[in-house]
Amino acid sequence: MKRLLMTTVAAGAVFAATAAFADSIKIGFMATLEGTYTVLGEDGQRGFEIAMREAGRKAGGKDIEVIVGATDASPESALRAVRKLVEQDKVDIIVGPLSGSEGIALRDYAKTQPQVTIVNGISGAQETTFVDPAPNFFRFNMDGAQWGAGLGEHVFNTKGWKTVAAVAEDYSFGYTNFLGFALGYCNAGGKITERLWVPLGTKDFASIIASLPDDVDALYLGLGGGDAVNFLNQYQQAGGDAALIGGTIMVDGTVLSSKGNAKKALIGTPSSGPQADTWDNAKWQGFIKSYQDAFPPEKRFPSPSLLATGYYNAANAALTCLNETGGDLSDGHKKFRGCLANLELDAPNGKITLDGNRQAIGSNFVFEVFEQDDGNLGTKMVTKIDNVNQTLGLDEAKFRELGLPSRDIVQCN
Amino acid sequence: MTAFIERRPFWSFIILVAAALLVWAIFAPWPSGLTGLIGKKKVFLSALFNGVTLGALYFLVASGFTLIFGLMKNVNLAHGSLYMLGGYIGYEVADFTGWWILSFIAAFVVVGALGIILQYVVFRRMEGEDLKQTLVTIGISIVLADLMLWVWGGDFYQILAPDWLSGPITLPLVTAVKSSGQVVFLKYPIVRIVILIASIAIGILMWLALNKTRIGMLIRAGVDDREILSATGVRIQRVFMLVFAFGAGLAGVAGVVGGTFQSIAPGEDTRFLLASLVVVIVGGMGSIPGAALGAVVIGMAEQFGSVYFPTYSVVLTFLIMVLVLAFRPQGLIASGR
Repeated sequence: MKRLLMTTVAAGAVFAATAAFADSIKIGFMATLEGTYTVLGEDGQRGFEIAMREAGRKAGGKDIEVIVGATDASPESALRAVRKLVEQDKVDIIVGPLSGSEGIALRDYAKTQPQVTIVNGISGAQETTFVDPAPNFFRFNMDGAQWGAGLGEHVFNTKGWKTVAAVAEDYSFGYTNFLGFALGYCNAGGKITERLWVPLGTKDFASIIASLPDDVDALYLGLGGGDAVNFLNQYQQAGGDAALIGGTIMVDGTVLSSKGNAKKALIGTPSSGPQADTWDNAKWQGFIKSYQDAFPPEKRFPSPSLLATGYYNAANAALTCLNETGGDLSDGHKKFRGCLANLELDAPNGKITLDGNRQAIGSNFVFEVFEQDDGNLGTKMVTKIDNVNQTLGLDEAKFRELGLPSRDIVQCN
Repeated sequence: MTAFIERRPFWSFIILVAAALLVWAIFAPWPSGLTGLIGKKKVFLSALFNGVTLGALYFLVASGFTLIFGLMKNVNLAHGSLYMLGGYIGYEVADFTGWWILSFIAAFVVVGALGIILQYVVFRRMEGEDLKQTLVTIGISIVLADLMLWVWGGDFYQILAPDWLSGPITLPLVTAVKSSGQVVFLKYPIVRIVILIASIAIGILMWLALNKTRIGMLIRAGVDDREILSATGVRIQRVFMLVFAFGAGLAGVAGVVGGTFQSIAPGEDTRFLLASLVVVIVGGMGSIPGAALGAVVIGMAEQFGSVYFPTYSVVLTFLIMVLVLAFRPQGLIASGR
């Protein structure tokens, strides 16, 4: 009996010891690896994987153990995945999620789990860090509105398009991304005569196309994925020939690498986002190269999508700070979080710092779609706007006065 | 016709007035007051035509679904996967050979053959066991979806139509008269018109085959009472297989149509399964004319909804389904019994 007791105590002690001096750090990776956004999630995973490979799966002298949580872009699936990672697998750090409403769900969950640090993957809802942010939620990517910065001015001043009608998806990212464009465009003096908000998942746009006004200089398209491809296809079939302006996800890798002719309608279309293929910066071109070298051509996009870049940056931010603190999280992540908050991340798509809400301030790119020599479509950089913050250069009170992104925010008809 | 008018004079009058109004709305230039009230005539006409063409696509998918259900009482929840497979095969064939027409034949044959295999290997073993069939078909659809994701990935595929089908055509329908007296005609995508005509042709051929041929007679007899039919010496398993192959093949053809004027990607399978379920519930389970009517109603609801009240257009479809289930649960056109 005594012996058994001794063994138990000894075993317990050993167990406690391993827990205290664990030489591995658990990172939970979350992305949309199921459902409609699977392709996007997979590219995010590629970005994460590159960062891990570069670090040799070690940080601060400790091994990194990665546990994957799959979601399907719904907030419920994100909560399910994060609960499993945090409460069952006991991860220390979460890198994710991918989609806007997942981010909001995780912000709220983060407040109930102060022992975990969440580094956002690429989710871009403004609310996540702008309204009631969580102290342990860090976001190294800009939100949807920041991704629209600079586009409105470019379209009005350089292209000379004075009136625009908009077709965009009727949900938070659609509003937020449009807000970034509309704020700049309206302030430059442009007029947005009509806004058509279509439900997410609309596949037949024929009637919407017929109801578009003929007397505008250009159309703003804030659609994504299959909706974008279908719109372009049906727009061509209807013989549409207006100039187009693309929202950030209208011209991402999934649309540009779709099969068929629909995407050709996008050639020459100005758009904006956190990266542009042709930016001649050594670090950026190096990142494109390491992305292309890391995976065979049929298992990746021609060049990294903003999802790959976003997850790469998020993982790198976490790894950098783990290195800086020697992988020591025993103080309730205090040093680690302090490092994240003050980090100047030298990301491939420009330097990124965080504001008081732990939200990224970074560079935004205005670019145009062009056809590369091999027939693939790419994005050609037009301008780069540095230090884009969450309030788009306005002071915070004034920006809050505009209201949270919704259908009618920033009027100029 | 006259009997209907005598029996229901009030409803006949309403239908006549509605039909007259519709004809007027299509052909006459609109007075400015009406334009102010419900928008431009171009928008209305386009929504009307798009509703019919979208309905044509839904009809192609749903008619196979309803035929299989009518004869075999088999709710094939893998029907959407057959649609998607047809789309992918159509893309490959059109891309490889450059012949758009050929992709229809290939999709029909390949997906039809898959239908035969499904019927012979799977459904024959679980006749009359509803729950088993439902679960097994859900399982098959998940497996097929993953296999297709594996082969074709998550990209969006658009099937290239030949050049003569791209762009719009001017229809002899006046949408507006400019102040200069110049008449503006409606422009409409050719590809949609071709699809509409083809769907109507397929519908008529199906109706003829069901009502005027021997095999159609067997199928109708099987729908009514398959035990008696097999007792008369008909090899009912062959009829089943034929119908399943034809229904599946139609879903494949619909996939090519859908891939041409929309696109094919993961998730389209469940979208079209849901659409055909709604269409068949609204129209009446097991009835071909029901599927046609249901498809047009749902197509119209989606298109008019998308321009006149976009926020609620998704609800509209289901609202129609709920109304039908509440007041006419057997569907607008119920099958024989």
